Amino acid sequence: MLQKQTSIRSADAVNGTYNQLAADVLARAKDCGATEADIVVADGETFSLQVRVGAVDRLTKAREKRLGLRVFVGKRSATTSTSDFSRESLERLVSETCTLAKAVVEDPVSGLPDASQMAQDWPDLDLYDGTILSTETQIEWAKRGEAAAFAADSRVTNSEGAEFDSSSGRVVLANSHGFVGSYKSSSYSLSVSPIATEPETGAMQRDAWYEVQRKFSRLASAESIGQEAARRAVRRLGARKVATKRVPVVFDQETAGSLLANLCSAVSGYGLYKRASFLLDQLGQTIASNLITVYDDGRMAGGLGSRPFDGEGLATSKNTIVERGVLKSYLLDTYSGKKLGLSSTGNASRSVGESPSVGPTNFYLLPGVKSPQDIIGSVKEGLYVTDLIGFGINMVTGDYSRGACGFWIENGELTYPVEEITIAGNLKEMFKHIEMVGSDLVFRGRIASPTVKITEMMVAGN
Amino acid sequence: MGYTSRSLELWRKNAIMADQVQLATFGVTELEAQHALDRLSVRDVDYADLYFESRVSESVSMEEGLVKRASKSISQGVGVRAIAGEKTGFAYSDELTKKDLEIAADTARYIANSPKGDRAVPVPAQRRPTRDLYPVERAQAEAATPDRVALLNEIDAEARRYDSRIKNVMASFNTEYKVVAVATSDGTLVGDVQPLSRLQITCIAEENGNRQVGSYGGGGRVGFEWYREENRHLGYAREAAREAILNLSAVDAPAGVMPLVLAGGWPGILLHEAIGHGLEADFNRKKTSAFSNLIGKRVASDVCTIVDDGTLPFRRGSLNMDDEGTPTGCTTLIEKGVLRGYITDKLNARLMGIALTGNGRRESYQSVVLPRMTNTFMLAGESDPQDIVRSVKKGLYAVSFGGGQVDITNGKFVFSASEAYLIEDGKITTPVKGATLIGNGPEILTKVSMVGHDLKLDNGIGTCGKDGQSVPVGVGLPTLKIDEITVGGTQG
Repeated sequence: MLQKQTSIRSADAVNGTYNQLAADVLARAKDCGATEADIVVADGETFSLQVRVGAVDRLTKAREKRLGLRVFVGKRSATTSTSDFSRESLERLVSETCTLAKAVVEDPVSGLPDASQMAQDWPDLDLYDGTILSTETQIEWAKRGEAAAFAADSRVTNSEGAEFDSSSGRVVLANSHGFVGSYKSSSYSLSVSPIATEPETGAMQRDAWYEVQRKFSRLASAESIGQEAARRAVRRLGARKVATKRVPVVFDQETAGSLLANLCSAVSGYGLYKRASFLLDQLGQTIASNLITVYDDGRMAGGLGSRPFDGEGLATSKNTIVERGVLKSYLLDTYSGKKLGLSSTGNASRSVGESPSVGPTNFYLLPGVKSPQDIIGSVKEGLYVTDLIGFGINMVTGDYSRGACGFWIENGELTYPVEEITIAGNLKEMFKHIEMVGSDLVFRGRIASPTVKITEMMVAGN
Repeated sequence: MGYTSRSLELWRKNAIMADQVQLATFGVTELEAQHALDRLSVRDVDYADLYFESRVSESVSMEEGLVKRASKSISQGVGVRAIAGEKTGFAYSDELTKKDLEIAADTARYIANSPKGDRAVPVPAQRRPTRDLYPVERAQAEAATPDRVALLNEIDAEARRYDSRIKNVMASFNTEYKVVAVATSDGTLVGDVQPLSRLQITCIAEENGNRQVGSYGGGGRVGFEWYREENRHLGYAREAAREAILNLSAVDAPAGVMPLVLAGGWPGILLHEAIGHGLEADFNRKKTSAFSNLIGKRVASDVCTIVDDGTLPFRRGSLNMDDEGTPTGCTTLIEKGVLRGYITDKLNARLMGIALTGNGRRESYQSVVLPRMTNTFMLAGESDPQDIVRSVKKGLYAVSFGGGQVDITNGKFVFSASEAYLIEDGKITTPVKGATLIGNGPEILTKVSMVGHDLKLDNGIGTCGKDGQSVPVGVGLPTLKIDEITVGGTQG
């Protein structure tokens, strides 16, 4: 058969032309021997402004674009990406991708999702804000945030700066089934990182506070963010070590969120089929205390993890992951689902240059009824954790050991700040021993948790 | 005073790019680059540069005995930067046309128009790179896919042969071929070709429902043949398998303060976290580091001398020049326990009035330059490693680590052991599960009482993250004894 060569028309960033570009690349891939293919094109603008001690420290501005191509030649596949959209470059990329695919071995479960599974239509999830901010406005926001931190407490003496970021972009996903989807999204964020100094000793502590929203109008005031950042830095002053001891541990929203992120990794398909998760073969089993109900909701309006369709073009939805302690669902894309004999849960996450992996959308722990004060109040002697550092988590075994800082709890009250300690346990046991869940769920990212209390962990210090 | 057109003349004279790294590689003429630098030449701009980068990254990976994934990524672009006093204006573009360069230059110089007068300080004079620390041919740097596939298949077989309890082997081989050119307002036009590769292996061992993991790897600015020299790749496979099997019998780690002996090599991550980050000039200029104002002061026992050396041939953390065109060097950070110096980039060296050390690095053209480490290690001491272990009655011996992290401001750092043993009565005994170790950077090295004569550099697996930017680094350490550190196990 005579090979027909499809040519790729060069594209510019005008809305709509990427659909044509995608169609051209897919056609070219077919000519080169691809039996199936999909393509992601992402472009966007970013602006970042950092102010430090009242003056502009760094201003960054850019427009970016990138194209990712995945081809299947039978059951063999390869993925490539480029930022060069010229016709010659893309034609070369397509042929190289097909050559690369032919160099790896056949993988029986590889392939696109079935054509029948592709998302048909999707709602507007309120992810995009067309507000264009002037450079001056963004400088002003960062300056006000940092100034509020300095004004909040005389012990705030220095600063790592305040940063205002804004970005907007568009994603186009198309595949050889004829699926074409695109959506726009934006984000606006302010973070403030003050440094507090202990007047007597000169010892310094840094902390930060931040907020991210898809709509500029929903951002909290710069002042409130700066004040909270100052409060967090100042309260760490005078921190000390405590004696090594087994005690109850209360995790604040941020650190409880990190536990939930660990859970999210453990229920993600790739770790499971590789037998590299501590939650193997646990579907339908009790993996956590009955206070634990976890959802992953890709359709939350304005959510930081929301997307109308996933990285393979499947519709997202709200899935129950854990219900009253029982593991109800994993997070899966098509490939990891097939490896486990299950269907995709619409959690394919796709960075432009890589084949899909699994990622959460808006992954959160259903709030309970106790206030954080009630939870702290229930502890006779224990630790309230506000920050964790390090990577001491073994996802295969669940063994957990991380650096921590926070406050020592005595008779239900926070007493003095603590640092240079570790907390250790095993995640399997930790989730089963969550004995209180707070009412204070707030979304600051795609993974969120209210305050939680774990019955007991080993705290190592002096 | 900003820079003047005089610098352009200098720039031409100093244009000594390696033959293969012409601006033409990027489809840009010298005139266009000069024109962009001219646009940045406004009042208050002390320094400006253009960083052109082209990068081809390739990866093949294997799991379940199948090499089933291959990927390739191509990126090219320019980062344009203007510095006025403490302020940085930065823009980048993945298009390299004259027009895009102009837009980027106009964005970058915006900061100079911001109100607030700035003092102008001359940028320190530069040397020129005249060496090639990693002469690797492109064909060797970017090995043919079938060769890489064969390498991974041999690794899988070797790891499974090591012990039948090895149930899965995951291995990946990544290469990167980066070509850069830097044009600066202080009269430099210089380029470099920076190959980099890495082999990473993870094994899962399983026995009676007990599953454990072991990892090993290595790499550097080396060609493909390096991995097959003396079957290095098979040695890595056995090491990953050995660690996984060993952990099947590991007991819970102890909790609390105890003596620690670190094996040589990768445990040098201690230095990277405990002191390296704290000595990066930006934190010290801003006085946000726990090491601010400690130059000349004792921060370690007198058996400790620590350097950052970017000039070691073929090493992962090495560079002919940093990303501002400054040749890398060997900087003494701590000499016999006394803090000697910071590692710097141009901005911070100029503002602090200290030496430029060639540590200005960036992840890509999309990132700003920051002072970063290269290869950071402690020089060999005089103790016999066996004597060091024998000197401990009850403590921990740690051989391999996952990652580490530091809070620059309060100095607290952690690093997490992935292979460790108890020391009982001077003998290495039972393997223990991974545990995080925590300490205080400015204090921990004062507790170093013995340094071995067996300095070892790591195999070339380190990646350092700072401000969201990842760069390859190396570490090294002789066998070392720390009299006390907090060990974060579960057994009190």
